[in-house]
Amino acid sequence: MLEKAIYGGRRYWVWIFFLLGLISVGFLAYLYQFKSGLGITGMSRDVSWGLYIGQFTFLVGVAASGVMVVLPYYLHDYKKFGRLTILGEFLAIAAVIMCMLFIFVDLGQPLRVLNVILHPTPNSVMFYDMLVLSGYLMLNLLIGWTVLGAERKEVAPPKWVKPLIILSIVWAPSIHTVTAFLYAGIPGKHFWLTAILAARFLASAFAGGPALLIILALIVRKYTKFDPGKEAIQSLGKIVTYCMLINVFFLGLELFTAFYSQIPGHMHTFAYLYAGLHGHNQLVPIMWVSSILALIAIVLLVFPQIRKNENLLAVACLATFFSLWIDKGFGLVVGGFVPNSFEKITEYWPTLPEALIALAVWAIGFLVLTILYKIAVSIKEEVVFDKYGEKQIKAE
Amino acid sequence: MSINRREFLKMAGITTILGIGGVSAVQGVRNRVEASQASRAPEALTAKRWAMVVDMSKFKSEEDYQKCINACHLSHNVPHITDNPKHEIKWLWTETYEHAFPGNEDKYRAERFQHMPFLMLCNHCENPPCVRVCPTQATFKRKSDGIVMMDMHRCIGCRFCMAGCPYGARSFNYKDPRPYIDGSKENLEFPTRMKGVVEKCTLCYERLAKGLQPACVEVSNGALIFGDLEDPNSAVRKVLSERFTIRRKPELGTGTSVYYII
Ligand code: SF4
Repeated sequence: MLEKAIYGGRRYWVWIFFLLGLISVGFLAYLYQFKSGLGITGMSRDVSWGLYIGQFTFLVGVAASGVMVVLPYYLHDYKKFGRLTILGEFLAIAAVIMCMLFIFVDLGQPLRVLNVILHPTPNSVMFYDMLVLSGYLMLNLLIGWTVLGAERKEVAPPKWVKPLIILSIVWAPSIHTVTAFLYAGIPGKHFWLTAILAARFLASAFAGGPALLIILALIVRKYTKFDPGKEAIQSLGKIVTYCMLINVFFLGLELFTAFYSQIPGHMHTFAYLYAGLHGHNQLVPIMWVSSILALIAIVLLVFPQIRKNENLLAVACLATFFSLWIDKGFGLVVGGFVPNSFEKITEYWPTLPEALIALAVWAIGFLVLTILYKIAVSIKEEVVFDKYGEKQIKAE
Repeated sequence: MSINRREFLKMAGITTILGIGGVSAVQGVRNRVEASQASRAPEALTAKRWAMVVDMSKFKSEEDYQKCINACHLSHNVPHITDNPKHEIKWLWTETYEHAFPGNEDKYRAERFQHMPFLMLCNHCENPPCVRVCPTQATFKRKSDGIVMMDMHRCIGCRFCMAGCPYGARSFNYKDPRPYIDGSKENLEFPTRMKGVVEKCTLCYERLAKGLQPACVEVSNGALIFGDLEDPNSAVRKVLSERFTIRRKPELGTGTSVYYII
C-alpha cells in the first residue's frame, strides 16, 4: 500500500518538501544541541524540563484521543465513525512517534537511551511510559494497516484484529494516565501533586485530540474526494464540547482547592502563571491567551446552532487545540518548577534552536501523518466510494 | 579464586555456543567483579546509615562556609560555572533560612535567623524520590550504608531525578564541565564528568573507602558532625539526643539524613 504515497499532485509534493525543509533546519539545530549539550535550550537547574517534555505530554494526549472515534465505532456500533477510525488511528501513530522523538531530543545522553531497556526499573514511571507508548504504537500500526488492507481488497478484516482493537481501546487511556503519573507522584511539587491530574489529562486530551481530528477531516474533505462524513464530524464536535467543558471544570476544581485552602504552596504556581509572582510574569500573557481561546472555544461549541456551522466549528476546534497546546504543552510542565524547591523563581523561555528542534519534530509527525493519510485516502477514494451510502463529493 | 580474562572469554564463548548459561556465566563473573570492587579496605569507614548534623552556631563567618564548599568542590572537580547561573553545578552551597525551610518563615523571627545561610547538600534520604523515579538505576541507594550514589556512565540525562528531588540537590551538566575546572587544582583521583549527566553530593564515598571523613567535615572544625545514625554511640546520635535539631521538609516522608542545629 505504501506505493500510494509516491503518487501525488503538485500540492502534495510542495507540502512534503516544505516539511522536509523544516526537518532539515531542525536537524541542524539538533546537531548543534548534540555537540554543545542541552545548554543551548532555555532550561536550567531550576526549570529542568521545558518545551520538549511539554510537547511530549501534550502529544501523548493526542495519541490517546484516537480512542474517541474507535470506541463508539467498535463498541457501540456507531457506523458514522466508520470512515474516521482510520484517520484517528493514523493520527495516533504520528503522535506517538512525535512523543518518542520529543523524549529523545530531551535526553542529555541520547546514545544511552537503550539503558532504559538494558536496566529495566519497574519502580520508575518512565519505564511503564516506555512500555505503554511502544505497545500503543504497535497496536495502532497493526490495526490500522490490517483494516485498511482488508478494505482495499473489499473483504472483511481478519477476525484476530477485533480483540486487538478492544485491547487498544483499553490501552489508550492508560498511556495518558501513566504520563500523568510521571508528574502526579512527585513529592514536593505542589502544582503536579494532585490526584485529579490524570483525569485532567484525559479530559484535555479528549478535547484537544478530536479537535485536531476535526480539522484534519475537514482538510481531507477539502483536498480529496474522500468525505469522512458530515455527521461524523458533528458527533466529534459534541465530544470536543463535553470534554472541553469537563477540562475547564477540572481546572476550576484545582483553583478552588488552592485558593480556598489558601495554602501558599498550592497557590504559588497558579499565581505565577496567571498573575505573576514577585515581579516574575513571563508566562502570564500566553496563559491568558490560552484562557481566552478556551472561552472562545466554549462559547462556539456549547450552542448547537453555532457548532453545526462547519466553519465556526473549525474555528472552535482551532481555539480548543491551541488553548490546550499552550496550557498543557507548556504551562503545565514549566509551572511545576516555579517556584523551585527553595521558593525562588527562575523563569524559562525556549531558545531559537530549541524551538526549531521542536518544530522539526512536529514536521516529522506531520510527514508521517501526511503519508499515512495519503495512503488511507487513496484507498478510500478507490474502493469505498459511496460504500456508506452517504453523499460523497463527486470527482469533477 | 580468580580467573583471568582469557579463561573467562573462553568459558563464556563455549557456553554461549552451547546455548546454555552464556548470560549467567557473564553475570556470574560480573557479580564477582562488582563484589571485589565493593569489598572494603580494612581502614574504610563503615556505617549502617550515614548522617550529618550541621551545627549552625559554629559557622561564624562567610569564610567558614566557603572553606567547606571549596573542600567539596575541589575534591570532586565540580565545575565553577559563573557565566550562566542557569547552568550552575552545586554539590554544597548555602541558602538563607526562608529558602532552606520554606513554609517555616515567620516575619517576626530575629533578623539574624532570617538571613542566616544554611549549608545545603543532598540529604541522602532514607526513602529517596530521586531513586524511585530514575528509569535506569543510574542513581541508587547503596544498601550497605544508605548513601544515594550516582553512576555517571549509566545516566541518560532525562532529569527525572531533578524533578523528583524536593530539595533541589541535583545539578545537570548543561554543557561540557571540563573547561570550567581549574586544571591546576584538578583532583586526578576523582573522575570529571561529561555533558548531559546529572550529579550531586555522594557523601565522599571515595574518601570513606580510604578511611577519611568527608572533605567538608574534615575542614569544618567540628561544625559538621558525621556518623552512623543507627549506632547509638555515634557522634551524630550523641548530638541528636542532646540538642534540638530540624530537618528540611520532613512532612514529605523522605527521611532526610541531614540535620540542622540552629
Ligand atoms: S536530597 Fe534529593 S537527591 Fe538527595 S537523596 Fe534526597 S531526593 Fe535524592
